[in-house]
Amino acid sequence: MEHLLSLAVKAIFVENLALSFFLGMCTFIAVSKKISTAIGLGISVMIVQAITVPANNIILNYLLAPGALSWAGFSDVDLTFLGLISYIGVIAALVQILEMVLDKYFPPLYNALGVFLPLITVNCAILGGSLFMVERDYDFTESVTYGLSSGFGWALAIAAMAGVREKLKYSDIPEGLQGLGITFISAGLMALAFMSFSGVKL
Amino acid sequence: MAQTKRKMLVDPLVDNNPITLQVLGICSALAVTSSLQVAFVMSIAVTLVTGFSSMFISMLRNHIPGSIRIIVQMVIIASLVIIVDQLLKAYAFEISKTLSVFVGLIITNCIVMGRAEAFAMKNPPLASFIDGVGNGLGYGLILMLVGFIRELFGAGSLFGLTIFETVNNGGWYIPNGMLLLPPSAFFIIGLLIWAFRTWKPEQVEDAEYKIQAVESH
Repeated sequence: MEHLLSLAVKAIFVENLALSFFLGMCTFIAVSKKISTAIGLGISVMIVQAITVPANNIILNYLLAPGALSWAGFSDVDLTFLGLISYIGVIAALVQILEMVLDKYFPPLYNALGVFLPLITVNCAILGGSLFMVERDYDFTESVTYGLSSGFGWALAIAAMAGVREKLKYSDIPEGLQGLGITFISAGLMALAFMSFSGVKL
Repeated sequence: MAQTKRKMLVDPLVDNNPITLQVLGICSALAVTSSLQVAFVMSIAVTLVTGFSSMFISMLRNHIPGSIRIIVQMVIIASLVIIVDQLLKAYAFEISKTLSVFVGLIITNCIVMGRAEAFAMKNPPLASFIDGVGNGLGYGLILMLVGFIRELFGAGSLFGLTIFETVNNGGWYIPNGMLLLPPSAFFIIGLLIWAFRTWKPEQVEDAEYKIQAVESH
């Protein structure tokens, strides 16, 4: 249990997907102009991440890993080279299913998240989360924890960034730095602040 | 025609750079730039994937039904990335270890998808290939610039060869360790954008609110 807690803290703060691995940057920069939309997107990323990382973990362990197909009688088949294409397929399919389920059973949530859900398929944070899960050999419970907390970390970062940018638009910025430039530099300052969490262990 | 092809190749380098102007593909641009060699390999990989995926998608563009085009594009891109990944693992294992997940992340690199969707779906294969390569090179240019600055000032070397002898090795240069940490990439790209826009003022974005000049009394 302590081990999972420490994994969660690490995924949220120390190894924040957005600020220390730069994942999901395109959306991070594009959709962080308003706090409310940023929070909406953050929540959808968290939900999708919490579902796809464990799902990909199951796919890896029961279909792709060397010897994983032994339950079907193929004990010496190694399909790991199909990894990338299956993960992205799983992500695209899950996002689609999630969209349909939300539309049917939770229309208010669907309307709130609507625009962002399809965007999430091409969000590198989602695929990145699954790839890190593979690289670090997480088991099923670890991947549930990792998915949930890394998604939360990403949501936290984009919400904070939107807060900074809402104030930033009133400030007097040099001409060439307006818009994109200053956004990058403030993201850098935020990343520096997040670096101070490194070395924190529970 | 030759003129437009050259324009297609050169245009994305500065005038319409995918990173500084279109804000595409920054996801992986920052993480792999702490050393020049890795940035170089990454640039080549992205250029190849963008070029060939644009070409293949453009070849198939009249046969892809509109409703499932994203999935078809995704499958083509993912297959190309798998090829690149396997090649790197076979011939440059050390570098593929350093790049870790970022090779796989070329799939979700917005440049590849963006060019497929915006250009390759409407243009013939050769033009799409050139457009893809051009955008890959524009991405590579920024990557190499950032990698150059980070490695030179962060570790005093280029491509792993020592340029500035660091203090630890008995030289004179005190390396700026912060440049090897992730946040520095944000600063460098921000400043690069500033430099690009000072050079090409038409790229400057308008401010949402302007400070009004106060009349003097």
